[in-house]
Amino acid sequence: MTKLLEVRNLAKAFGGIQAVDNVSFELEAGQLLAMIGPNGAGKSTCFNLINGQLYPDRGGITILGQRTNGRKPRDVWKLGVGRTFQITCTFSSMTVLENVQMALLSYHKQTRSLFRKVRRLYVNESMELLELVGIAAQSRRACGVLAYGDLKRVELAVALANRPKLLLMDEPTAGMGPAERSQLMELTSAIVRTRKIGVLFTEHDMDVVFTHADRIIVLNRGELVAQGTPSQVRANVKVQEIYLGTGKTPGTAFPTS
Amino acid sequence: MDRTLGFYIVQFLTGLADASALFLVACGLSLIFGVSRIVNLAHGSFYMVGAYVAYYLIGFFSEGGCAFWAGIVLAAVVVGLIGVGIEVLLLRRLYGAPELFMLFATFGVVLIMQDLSRWLFGAEDLLGPRAPGLAGSVNIRGTLLPQYDLALILIAPLILGVLWLLLNRTRWGILVRAATEDREMSDALGVNQTRLFTSVFFLGSFLAGLGGAIQLPKGGANLLMDLNTIAEAFVVVVVGGMGSIPGAYLAAVIIGELGSFGVLVFPESTLVLMFLVMAVVLVIRPHGLLGQAGAGAHVAFRAAEAVLQPASKKLKLLGLACLVLILVMPVLVGTFQLVLLTEIALFALASMSLYFMMGPGGMVSFGHAAFFGGGAYAAALLVHYLQTPMELAVLLAPLLVGLLALIIGWFCVRLSGVYMAMLTLAFAQICWSIVFQWGEVTGGDDGLLSIWPSQWASDKIVFYYLTMILSIGGILVLRYFIFTPFGYTMRACRDSALRVDSIGINLARHQCLAFAVAGVFAGLAGGLYVFSKGSVFPDEMAIPRSFDFLFMVLLGGVETLFGPIAGAAAFTWLHDQISRTDFWQLILGCIFVLLVVAFPQGIVGSINVRWGRFFANQNH
Ligand SMILES: Nc1ncnc2c1ncn2[C@@H]1O[C@H](COP(=O)(O)OP(=O)(O)O)[C@@H](O)[C@H]1O
Ligand SMILES: [Mg+2]
Repeated sequence: MTKLLEVRNLAKAFGGIQAVDNVSFELEAGQLLAMIGPNGAGKSTCFNLINGQLYPDRGGITILGQRTNGRKPRDVWKLGVGRTFQITCTFSSMTVLENVQMALLSYHKQTRSLFRKVRRLYVNESMELLELVGIAAQSRRACGVLAYGDLKRVELAVALANRPKLLLMDEPTAGMGPAERSQLMELTSAIVRTRKIGVLFTEHDMDVVFTHADRIIVLNRGELVAQGTPSQVRANVKVQEIYLGTGKTPGTAFPTS
Repeated sequence: MDRTLGFYIVQFLTGLADASALFLVACGLSLIFGVSRIVNLAHGSFYMVGAYVAYYLIGFFSEGGCAFWAGIVLAAVVVGLIGVGIEVLLLRRLYGAPELFMLFATFGVVLIMQDLSRWLFGAEDLLGPRAPGLAGSVNIRGTLLPQYDLALILIAPLILGVLWLLLNRTRWGILVRAATEDREMSDALGVNQTRLFTSVFFLGSFLAGLGGAIQLPKGGANLLMDLNTIAEAFVVVVVGGMGSIPGAYLAAVIIGELGSFGVLVFPESTLVLMFLVMAVVLVIRPHGLLGQAGAGAHVAFRAAEAVLQPASKKLKLLGLACLVLILVMPVLVGTFQLVLLTEIALFALASMSLYFMMGPGGMVSFGHAAFFGGGAYAAALLVHYLQTPMELAVLLAPLLVGLLALIIGWFCVRLSGVYMAMLTLAFAQICWSIVFQWGEVTGGDDGLLSIWPSQWASDKIVFYYLTMILSIGGILVLRYFIFTPFGYTMRACRDSALRVDSIGINLARHQCLAFAVAGVFAGLAGGLYVFSKGSVFPDEMAIPRSFDFLFMVLLGGVETLFGPIAGAAAFTWLHDQISRTDFWQLILGCIFVLLVVAFPQGIVGSINVRWGRFFANQNH
């Protein structure tokens, strides 16, 4: 199997805070990799390093065999990387449909076109993506007025527009109820299986993580404390300490058995 | 003059002395901006009034050492109180309004103060009184330096020290710094904003007045001081870093020395030099020499974010009615009104091109006159030197300006918000100073004359139709662009830089292209304008012209596609009505201020609120 993503000895500090400290892991195609850890563990920073939004202090990132350290997010995107943000980030003056059309315009290299109206471009393709993530009914609504959970779905549709091989999802289910969460993660697993892509995601709901993830990596204070299959991680003493000892876990409790 | 060591020392000290007044006015501007997020264009006017008031106070107190310094300090206090008056009566009503409207209100104040000063103090330049006891010179290795310059050199660091103590050692100063660094935070702390703003306004205006007053013995007082000073103060604040007082001093010294030594090297282009330094500093250090990323960058001049709607049937019918009216106009009105309508159409095109950048692009330009005037000069120079026929000149002017806009844009898109706006102003000033100072080629202040249309278009009615076709065509094309992928990409860049980057779009490149597109159409308007007038003067590139365009867009309302046209029509008509009266700037300024207070959404924006439902699409 080809390695989609290889992270080697990654490190990033903000002033005195070592947000990510010597982290290494890998992700293969067709795999759903969960990154868990308490708030402030460095998960979002990892995402930002991988997609090029932040520049690492040390370490290497290789995506599809290409070293991407120092590349800009837009160049990383061109390799086939889609991403959703922890705090949703959409074009608020556009409708749901237009948000997806924007991503498709970029994918089809049409952003400098001054000829045809957007109204008629890539509508079907966009609607298919919206149907896939389950918000086709809201396609004409402005993103500025959408509920948070729905915005997360828009982000997913946008992230899927460039047919990514690697999908980075930072807390994709925040703002959703339990039923909606499992439904979205089931959808994500289905995409992973059918399209043979790799997904790295973070999630606070441990039920979701342990049900859907193929592998799990655990961060604490920037350090990687454990990685493995769900059962290996569940059995890991250090992980249990982090989650049970401090009692600071957001979301549901750590499932011990 | 011999270039001895003494000469260079004196030159250096002169630069330092020049820096003092500049520092005072700039740090006042910076303080006010930091706390209230108001870009106070009237700050240059405060400086000017400080000089005039000091002149009369010193004269009133008659001779004596005490009278001189008392007059200066009292003048600064008077200006401080004027600033408080403006804050309390006007700006306080606007704190919730978009930043651009506040900016506009302050530009109204500039116009009002300009005419009031002319009325109160007279149009002649005044020579400042000498400072008692400091009227002589010191000899530095054979070169003379006025004693008063030494006093000036000492005043700036003194004020810098006092300000530092005030900001770092008093409770008030801590509140000011908190408000500057984090407005929400200080809101949350329950700081009495109103009183804080007023006191900062007093201090800032006081410093501007003091700056004007202390330079009186050196530079005197005249009516050009306001806009000249505000442009220089912008440069200092931006080079030094928004909100940084030591930065303002450093930048003032750099600009002062640049003026002092630059005149030896490039006597013709001192202004260009100053703005060039600013451009270079901003490209290397986008937040200024000592500025921090946070301050000022948030002021994004965001327009309301509404989903784009295609024109409804009713709106299209309205447009058609207007078209028919335009078509039959030559039968209905005389030549004089036709010329006015021609002008309105060209300004409408120019302001539509500015709107294209500001609305969908989210990029505010304080220097759109560079593109409009650039088009006018490009066409005029082509005709004057190459005897280019009108048709070719009108075709080439937009292309040349498009190129100019691409270059200016390349620098500007590295910045955002106020910084970008100020950089556009700087570039416009560079263009202006080139045409103003390079007299042999551009005619300087006398402009270029006898630029008339081709024979077939020389009839006023024919030229009217030609202008209407090209400007309405241009406006419709620009409007069409907004609905195309490029227009959407511009809006995407405005809405979220982060998201745009993560879907593979190069934000800077698209913004730069938006500059070029806007430049092409503004250049077309300018190119036609010169043929409608038959001449061109540097005024077409000057700051007031840039603000005319801004005002046309704001008058119409930034959130509406046809606002710029209504704005241009209203503004040009208004301007025509009042420009024959004596104190027209005063009237215009009052209208600016009143309109901003009464219609914070612009004219069309306000109509939109009232009648929007009527014109809306029924199918949604
Ligand atoms: N841009 C930043 N500047 C300074 N500190 C940051 C920045 N981003 C994150 N941090 C710090 O880095 C640490 C890790 O944050 P983050 O990656 O957001 O954690 P997580 O996503 O796991 O909750 C935190 O201590 C946070 O305060
Ligand atoms: Mg996070």
